[in-house]
Amino acid sequence: MKPLSRTTSRSAPAPLPSPPAVKWSLIALAAIFLAIFLLLPLINVFAQAFARGWSPFWRALSDPDTGSAVRLTLMVAAISVPLNAVFGLTAAWAIAKFDFRGKALLLTLIDLPFAISPVVAGLLFVLLFGANGWMGPWLEAHHLKVIFAPPGMVLATLFVTFPYVARELIPVMHSQGREQEEAALTLGAGGWQTFWRVTLPSVKWGLFYGIILCNARAMGEFGAVWVVSGHIAGETDTLPLRVDKLYNEFDPVAPFAVATLLGLLAVATMLLKAFLDWKGRREL
Amino acid sequence: MSIELKNVSKSFGQVAALRDVSFAVNEGELAALLGPSGSGKTTVLRLIAGLETPDNGRLFVRGAEVSAVPVQRRNIGFVFQNYALFRNMSVWGNIAFGLSIKKWRRPQIAARVAELADFLDLHDQVRRYPHQLSGGQRQRVAIARALAPGPDVLLLDEPFAAVDAQIRQELRQWLIRLHHEIKLTTIFVTHDQEEAMEVADRIVVFSQGRLERIGTPQEVYEKPHNEFVARFVGVLNVLELEVRDGLARCNELEFPAHGLADGQKMRIGFRPYNVQVSPHPAVYPFRALLRRTYFLGVMLRLEMELPSGLVIRSRLSKEEYARLGLADGREVSFQIRTYRILSKEGGPLGDEVATSYETRPLLGEGI
Repeated sequence: MKPLSRTTSRSAPAPLPSPPAVKWSLIALAAIFLAIFLLLPLINVFAQAFARGWSPFWRALSDPDTGSAVRLTLMVAAISVPLNAVFGLTAAWAIAKFDFRGKALLLTLIDLPFAISPVVAGLLFVLLFGANGWMGPWLEAHHLKVIFAPPGMVLATLFVTFPYVARELIPVMHSQGREQEEAALTLGAGGWQTFWRVTLPSVKWGLFYGIILCNARAMGEFGAVWVVSGHIAGETDTLPLRVDKLYNEFDPVAPFAVATLLGLLAVATMLLKAFLDWKGRREL
Repeated sequence: MSIELKNVSKSFGQVAALRDVSFAVNEGELAALLGPSGSGKTTVLRLIAGLETPDNGRLFVRGAEVSAVPVQRRNIGFVFQNYALFRNMSVWGNIAFGLSIKKWRRPQIAARVAELADFLDLHDQVRRYPHQLSGGQRQRVAIARALAPGPDVLLLDEPFAAVDAQIRQELRQWLIRLHHEIKLTTIFVTHDQEEAMEVADRIVVFSQGRLERIGTPQEVYEKPHNEFVARFVGVLNVLELEVRDGLARCNELEFPAHGLADGQKMRIGFRPYNVQVSPHPAVYPFRALLRRTYFLGVMLRLEMELPSGLVIRSRLSKEEYARLGLADGREVSFQIRTYRILSKEGGPLGDEVATSYETRPLLGEGI
């Protein structure tokens, strides 16, 4: 083992001795890019929201339609995120720890929502559950409303946010292999005991990480939800849809005020993500 | 019989990992499964543990058939090559895991963990997590965890592979002592013949999924049964001979033809310690130049080059080397005391492992 690793380290290329000027100009370039395209717009949202002081800001947020948008957004996330956490965990477990036929197909299907435009995803659901859709007549006969109602929005969100947890967990589970689980089995643990006591705790940071990304996307999703929502103020508007509507009404403050909520969500997500990164690395 | 395999076969897809393997390990023995990588030795270990199921054949632990018993109920302690410690649990949690699965009461668990931590010199580490431990400590935790529920058998997969040479030496001695104290039937897998020789009571040699030889270290070394085992266990000089004018020859070296006709070939092998060396060029029949001496601790290995360029290896103790006044670059003479016929022409040469031949040592004095 030892001489082998020594030879490999010797033959590995040494890092290029780059002058500090190159290093710092690359860092500066990246920082400037991030500042212009990411930080500045975010700051601008807050600046616009408070451009006319507190009271217009507060009025925009206390509008009952905004309140209902917040509630609907939270509800959609509260349903779709846990479901996708469970789906993602199951799919990642199956893919990382077992060999079976159709594994490549399953992996491709998980990536489908990444590849497909959210608007098209929304249309898929309209074609499936809409009045003229495949299941439309049946749903109508049973007085069930999916499209242009919250159930459709939950479905669209579920579809769009499906890959986040699974994609996050597959490499984590893959890198850990099966040995810890096998060790638990030789010590007498059953399948569930192994899952709850060994598998789940060892991927918990990856799981949290996937969940917060999934949540951020679920709350921020626009395209797919826009298609299936029907834009009924106070009923089927989520926060992004509400921002869009207010903006199209040429309100100078309200869209930015509502957008600050989404901006805060983004900041909170990033902080949490950084914390989980740090925590996960520390425990490795 | 503590562990017995009867005609066990196992394939992974198209690859045959084990072919019709049968052997038994006695109660309280320390056995080594030895072989190059891909020889099937780890598969044997995993089959005994129940982590794999055999395609054919039967497995017994302490006389009871376990072929159909799931891994959870085999009561076997398994130490993985990379230890596979639970990363999210402390040392205490790792050792206690099997006990809490078996629903031991908390005070009993605490007592057992303390006992094992004491036994394996881990009492200062019980609150630590695996990533805070050294390689040797991790291995001891893995062993403590495997021993905690009181298994019938302890299985170790390449227990010394992940540590460096110096610690490996200590760990071997430590494993022998451990086995001596707990007297538990123990099987370990290794690809290092020296390690198997030093540690095990019995060695089971595998090659390409087949059991090649089982016996004590001495039996395996002195009566290897076939060329694969002979070459794998210890250093072997191997010569390809062709019969000309009634003698089997390889460059300057000559041997009896053993009934072969002119033009036929055979292969022989001999251990370095069977090569006798003298500093005087006329004492023994073959002359050579002492190219290089390797220091292997108490013993030295000599590489001698014949005028034709053929290299023969010999082994001497330091004392003998000094007594003979040998040095690199000297002109020496040597003779081969005993050798072994590895294969004769008849079947195709080169199919060395599959065919085993009569390997009674032949005295070659006075050739």
